[in-house]
Amino acid sequence: MATYSTNQFKSGLKIILDGDPYNIVENEFVKPGKGQAFNRVRVRNLKTGRTVERTFKSGDTVEAADVHEAEMQFLYSDGAQWHFMDPASYEQLAADEPAVADAAKWIKGQEMCAVTTWNGQPLFVEAPNFVELTVTETDPGVRGDTSGGGGKPATMETGAVVRVPLFIEEGELLKIDTRSGEYVSRVK
Amino acid sequence: MSDGSWRPSADLETLKARHRLLAVLRAFFNARGYLEVETPQLSQSGTVDPNINSLALADGSRYLHSSPEFAMKRLLAAGSGPIYQICRVFREDESGRLHNPEFSLLEWYRPGFDHHALMNEIDSLLCDLQVLPESKSCQRLSYAEAFQQRLDIDPHVADMAQLRGCAEAQGIVLQGELCDKDAWLDLLMAEVIGPGLGLEQPCFIYDYPASQAALSRIRPGDPPVAERFELYWHGVELANGFHELCDAAEQRRRMQADVQKRLAAGLVSPPVDEYFLQALEQGLPDCAGVALGIDRLLMLLLGKSSLPEVLSFDWRRA
Repeated sequence: MATYSTNQFKSGLKIILDGDPYNIVENEFVKPGKGQAFNRVRVRNLKTGRTVERTFKSGDTVEAADVHEAEMQFLYSDGAQWHFMDPASYEQLAADEPAVADAAKWIKGQEMCAVTTWNGQPLFVEAPNFVELTVTETDPGVRGDTSGGGGKPATMETGAVVRVPLFIEEGELLKIDTRSGEYVSRVK
Repeated sequence: MSDGSWRPSADLETLKARHRLLAVLRAFFNARGYLEVETPQLSQSGTVDPNINSLALADGSRYLHSSPEFAMKRLLAAGSGPIYQICRVFREDESGRLHNPEFSLLEWYRPGFDHHALMNEIDSLLCDLQVLPESKSCQRLSYAEAFQQRLDIDPHVADMAQLRGCAEAQGIVLQGELCDKDAWLDLLMAEVIGPGLGLEQPCFIYDYPASQAALSRIRPGDPPVAERFELYWHGVELANGFHELCDAAEQRRRMQADVQKRLAAGLVSPPVDEYFLQALEQGLPDCAGVALGIDRLLMLLLGKSSLPEVLSFDWRRA
């Protein structure tokens, strides 16, 4: 079992607390003039996303979390699971819904996603920052409007609903920013 | 290809301010009849304080000093009179916003002083540094008063369960266990009380629990207290001072107890400084002494928030 001493604490280190994997967000070494030293850390639970504060006695050790992030290609979803492949080793992984979460509505297949695993099981999946998706449903455009000032909802091929300019029509390929969920441009 | 890490971590203005600060410090002590001294950085012995780890040479034959205290007391025992030293000291694994494993210490000793007289002298120094207005003094709180005011708890009588409850009420979630009462007091001091001290003007905390005496003398009473103080400014601990323990037998007992604590905690223990103990047996004059962190003082004087900003090259760049 790999362990880390508090002396090795730094942001980005992955550790196990109360059975869950955590990421160290911030580590501060605190010590009264003479006396016991402590490490005050802010840690984010990688399963729930919740951030909490914990205090460690300096010198104590904590179990390392076997957490890795890899760029993997999204292959397909069978409805219950989302299947990804390591492009180098062709190794495949299946992520369930809690792990894929929001990323599910942006990916249709072939995209490279950041897949974070814990003990080999997907913890969460991040969609690419930008995706290209086809509009499957939107109200007819309004003549003369080219500014996109007002906008209207459009349903994409993955089911995601994005606010788009009024001139966008069904069947068009659009570039979307998955971080904000916003329309970026048409893809020519 | 350089990523810029060869550059200093402090800017040039800060290094000039450090130069001026050192000049003010030396002028203060020189005007008061202190002798500036230098003592070895590499010694055959090291501190056995359970909470301070010394850096050692690879062959283990010498230890970098964590403070010049033992050597300076040997000078006092040899009749030096009042002395001060500005030097680099070393502490393994102490690294962070307010810690660097190698840092600058100002340490001085004055025969005939007790800890209150020494606090008065620090008041004068802080006036010279314009930290305090002319002829003003720092706030002074006993250790017990600080705990009473902030946490409504008596640190001398509270037991571990009460201190744990107190920490939990402050939202501290401790991962793991603390083995003694002092560790709980340290936790509350470091996390809750300390950060709120000296926000307006600097603040002395004095008369520590006897169990935290370190190298200070213990004044009998109910409870007995250690004649020790710390100075806080903007929530940062700047200095630690003692009305020095002169009793060689008592000093040896404390060091032996510290060695036992280190061994029980699985820590290596450097050899006890026998030269220091011989000096105490010979006779250390009644005196008070204090060590002040120069880097932290400079950081606060300049309104900076981390040590790397005031070090020419911080640990990462050293």
